[in-house]
Amino acid sequence: MRPRHSVQGNHACALAAVAAGCRFYAGYPITPSSEVAEKMSSELPKVGGMFIQMEDEIASMGAVLGASMGGVKTLTATSGPGFSLKQENLGYASMAEIPCVVVNVMRGGPSTGMPTRPSQGDVMQARWGSHGDHPIIVLTPASVDEIFTQTVRAYNLSELLRVPVVLLYDEVIGHLVESIDVRGPEDLEVFDRKWTRTSPEQFLPFAATDDGVPEMARPGDGYRTHTTGLTHGENGFPTQHPSEVDRVMRRLLGKLERNRSLVESFETLACDDADILIVAFGIASRAARRAVKLARQRSIKVGLFRPITLWPFPEQAFVEIAASANQVLVPEMNAGQLCLEIERLCPPGTGVSRMNRIDGESITPMEILQRVEALETND
Amino acid sequence: MTETAIRGFEIRDYLREELMPHFMCPGCGHGIALRALLWAIHELDIDKDRLAVVSGIGCSGRVGAYIDANTLHVTHGRPLAYATGLKLARPDLEVIVITGDGDCLAIGGNHLIHACRRNLDITCIMLNNEVYGMTGGQVSPTTTLDRYTTTTPLGNHEPSFDSCKLAAAAGAGLVGREITLQVPALKNLIKEGIRHAGFAFLEVISDCTEIYGRKNHLGESPEMILSQKSSTRSDVYRNTVDQPFRPHAFETGVLSRNDRPEYADAYREHVEKTMAASADQNPA
Repeated sequence: MRPRHSVQGNHACALAAVAAGCRFYAGYPITPSSEVAEKMSSELPKVGGMFIQMEDEIASMGAVLGASMGGVKTLTATSGPGFSLKQENLGYASMAEIPCVVVNVMRGGPSTGMPTRPSQGDVMQARWGSHGDHPIIVLTPASVDEIFTQTVRAYNLSELLRVPVVLLYDEVIGHLVESIDVRGPEDLEVFDRKWTRTSPEQFLPFAATDDGVPEMARPGDGYRTHTTGLTHGENGFPTQHPSEVDRVMRRLLGKLERNRSLVESFETLACDDADILIVAFGIASRAARRAVKLARQRSIKVGLFRPITLWPFPEQAFVEIAASANQVLVPEMNAGQLCLEIERLCPPGTGVSRMNRIDGESITPMEILQRVEALETND
Repeated sequence: MTETAIRGFEIRDYLREELMPHFMCPGCGHGIALRALLWAIHELDIDKDRLAVVSGIGCSGRVGAYIDANTLHVTHGRPLAYATGLKLARPDLEVIVITGDGDCLAIGGNHLIHACRRNLDITCIMLNNEVYGMTGGQVSPTTTLDRYTTTTPLGNHEPSFDSCKLAAAAGAGLVGREITLQVPALKNLIKEGIRHAGFAFLEVISDCTEIYGRKNHLGESPEMILSQKSSTRSDVYRNTVDQPFRPHAFETGVLSRNDRPEYADAYREHVEKTMAASADQNPA
């Protein structure tokens, strides 16, 4: 067995990125994500990669997209205020279908908020932060080891589907130090984007293939394609023709739906006979896990549904599991965001209870246990 | 000399003709700048497959799409940021940025000064027509004092940037300016910029006849282009037109040059050293 290493969450993200083949990092310092940049600045030179600290968050997002268009896997990491600034170019990545992985280590908000305190306040921003309808994948690891595995998975999803992937975790997970198995590329399943083999004369850079994802052409290989954030046809050039726009936009927005089984991921704990279902992610899910164990010892039938892919939300799986529950409890470190999706998905008659902390502290197992006990008594 | 270079310059070899007719207004100087750029690319014998043109938003941003190369039309003000990533990831590509006065100096001003400071081997061509043409003619950071735009109905009261001085002060490897009247001179300046191993900032004095020219009674395209002479070579052409494009003299040609190390070369040299040192410490 290989030795395990004590690794900080943010460092695990950087190590996993390099193992997944990332060779370019552009970023801007921001608490509590800076350790990702720091680790990348020391790791990338060892593997012939490039690190650059840009002049701002907007520029770092632009630089990673430029590098990705050059055919290189990229990373950038930030927190709330920087994530707001990245939205402009994140939208470009969605529209121009440029693979990229963006880390958002959530801190208290809004605005400058509480830079060193944890939060889960960017649930909705991660999904809808950029203007217009756009596809985006959001993954929410809940441990250092899971940061490692989900970072690798983020690259695979982004490369295969040509969709930006946001790794969304709270400050606690980012700064947690846990013992993990640091794997190298040889131990990982890593996918690269689909490079086209069609001849340049016949290649249409935004034509759908079987999975709805267009193939890519690398600059320098003779394809000389055009990439734009303007609404574009299969040939890559701008169009405003209604029937063409409708077709290309439905293909773009349908990519994730078409590949749902690849994208969706979640974990369940003791859900089979659960009358009360807890839905939580990140550090709140770890408190919930403990609360489930304590409640079960007291013979309370409670289970945990933990989305790992937060967006698109693992809708079908949740609906099936929630069908047998009477009560659903949503503990989250914000004023109520994930609960909106849960309320939307629960059948009428299921009681959905919100549980929110917005004071910069983590939700504790005992708090959740108390709420579960109260729900059981009322039942 | 290769066969292409021997052949005379034929603009059609470098254009995406299927996109014609182009969208630029009659009299717009951007097309002249585009021709000069393609002529420079031809004379430098740059392989179109290895040419990457990154442009932003505005009239200038739309020029790039007509070039038969790898073209990226990115977000407003950000072409230098995208170009930085692209050039660092792919040093084998010839990366040229086409931007405008609003794109480069207003929303993208921060990216410009840092691109100059880093000195990465990118050629940035800023088409300066003194106005936001695409959005209908609003004031820009280079609009001449007292000129009318749709957002300065009483005349512009803000002083304008001297972008070349700005770029030189920020450390750009090569800085130059040219007018669209002097196409061979413009072509030669662009060649200098592309050849320079470092960041080259080139301001092209373009003209927006339809919106800016009309609003300020600057005449039609021939008058505006002729007046560039009076604006830039006032000692020689003082009396070419009654009303110069700009009422003050501008220098043209290569305005400054410094041969400090190119960013990516310096970085890669550093990386190689680091890797060699780490190999020494951990011999296989």
